[in-house]
Amino acid sequence: MTPLIRLTDVVRSFGSPPVTALAGVNLTIDEGEFVAIVGASGSGKSTLLNVIGTLDRPTSGRIAIDGVDTSALSDAELSALRSRRMGFVFQQFHLREGVTALENVADGLLYTGTRRPERRHRAREALDRVGLGHRLGHLPHQLSGGERQRVAIARAVIGHPPLLLADEPTGNLDSRSGESIVELLHSLHTAGTSIVVITHDVALAARLPRRVSISDGIVLTDSASGAAA
Amino acid sequence: MSATSGRRPPSDTSRLRPADLLSLGSAGLRAKPARAILSALGIAIGVAAMVAVLGISTSSQARLNEQLAVLGTNLLTATVAPPSSGDPIPLPVNATDRLARLPGIEVTSSVADLPELSVYRSSYSDPARTGGLTVTAAELNLLDTVAGTVRTGAWLNQATAAFPTTVLGASAAARLGVTEAGTLVWLGGRNTTVVGILDPVPLAPELDVAALIGIPVAGADYAFAGNPTKLYQRVDDSVIQRVRSLIGPAVHPATPSAVAVSRPSDALAAISAVNQSMTGTLVGIGSIALLVGAIGVANTMVISVIERRREIGLRRALGATRRHIRLQFLTEALVLSAIGGVGGAVIGYLVTSGVALVSGWPTVVPPLVLAAGVVSTLAVGAVAGLYPAIRAARTPPTAALNS
Repeated sequence: MTPLIRLTDVVRSFGSPPVTALAGVNLTIDEGEFVAIVGASGSGKSTLLNVIGTLDRPTSGRIAIDGVDTSALSDAELSALRSRRMGFVFQQFHLREGVTALENVADGLLYTGTRRPERRHRAREALDRVGLGHRLGHLPHQLSGGERQRVAIARAVIGHPPLLLADEPTGNLDSRSGESIVELLHSLHTAGTSIVVITHDVALAARLPRRVSISDGIVLTDSASGAAA
Repeated sequence: MSATSGRRPPSDTSRLRPADLLSLGSAGLRAKPARAILSALGIAIGVAAMVAVLGISTSSQARLNEQLAVLGTNLLTATVAPPSSGDPIPLPVNATDRLARLPGIEVTSSVADLPELSVYRSSYSDPARTGGLTVTAAELNLLDTVAGTVRTGAWLNQATAAFPTTVLGASAAARLGVTEAGTLVWLGGRNTTVVGILDPVPLAPELDVAALIGIPVAGADYAFAGNPTKLYQRVDDSVIQRVRSLIGPAVHPATPSAVAVSRPSDALAAISAVNQSMTGTLVGIGSIALLVGAIGVANTMVISVIERRREIGLRRALGATRRHIRLQFLTEALVLSAIGGVGGAVIGYLVTSGVALVSGWPTVVPPLVLAAGVVSTLAVGAVAGLYPAIRAARTPPTAALNS
């Protein structure tokens, strides 16, 4: 079976003189996995998520998504990939203020060319899925932090992407809200979505099926292989 | 393009519907309405200035055309030409009879200024203060010939023309403080009854400052020899240029150059032409205002792009292509300047109506000017929005994550 994501010798360095954020990462993630990427700040885990999410291109090395080498794709093709195959969840939620939860979620389909009535219809379904069916007309500032992150997750999964990428999804939440978000991610995973979560929350990572720890831009341990890369 | 793009079905690309693009373009402005209005105002002032200047100029031109349509452009006047040497040759006594015989002349009339006479409010007035008024002997058909109208009282008739009576021009009446017929003024050293007051005569402004008396009384009581000083002719429009050249020879066959012929409606048109050339300058100033407004829009957009890096990053993560981001900000600049353009066109129209109302002109703003105003702002908006839009599209997609 073709793996969902395969990273081969991925190096990413910035600036001049170059600062190396990723120093040769090899990583394979299969469909249906729920992976935690853990590491201290500065370890390169955010860069890794950017590279997996095609928001950033590696300096060298290869990234294949569904077997397609992303280095051969144009900006428009990468954008299409993101709009159809991936959902992103951010630590800061990044909701549009002054726009209802429903409209925020509907934005998840904005760049797929879906008509607005259809987008709103599916946004309602997505909000139901994350347990916010009663908060459709609320504005972001009327929602709690946990609810806002649920809205953001609903936006990420509205198009049923096979892959969900989350950057510190509980980082801005109190422990109870954070717990409910973790439960939500688990239920999405059970429903068939592959999930990659970046976190420095060891307790959260400990409950996930697979943990990849990053340090100084290399994979230190991977619970799937049980060996250092 | 790589081979993969060929394999991918059309439904699998990033797409943004035009309706969604428009709503995106205005969403950014709705988020910061005060800023949007202020930067649209810059554009609006530029467009308003241009529309108002052109509108006011067109309206005053329309007023002139109306005026000329009423007054007619077929009035010619003949006066004594300043001689190149020697004394000026006066117009002959029978000048109007000579002109009446020319083909193409419909009606002819004359006046004679009487420089020895002055008109005062009363016998107690200081004789040195003539107020710049003239006493003029006029033929009875003068008023019809110059398209003049009587404001109050009556024009001279055969009876009043033989007695010490006068009809005052509009300015003359105002300077003498006369408002109604029947008032006495001191003319030529005796009390004279004002029988009428004229409205201003646009084609013969010299009559506005005149106290007009009959030729019979001028001849009998003031030793008027009968030589007119100015001849007025209404001419068949189709032959006006030819008739114009015949007037000199008809009046003074031996020395045609002693007669100066002019067409008063030309003078009105010349004043208008001067105003038109002012319009060019003002439109130039208006376009500078528009340029400054455009820079304001560009500035607002650049700031907006810097502030909205995270939003751009998020949109990229949601699947927006660089082109979509570029189009979004370009649309925003276009919406911003379109608001300014439409607002400016409305303001310009209102200013024009206001000025026209106060001046008693018809309000005429050519639709083409309004359309050009709005279209030019769109062009300006596109240029002003281009750099910020390109800059927005260059924002790295990772901007949403590492903030």
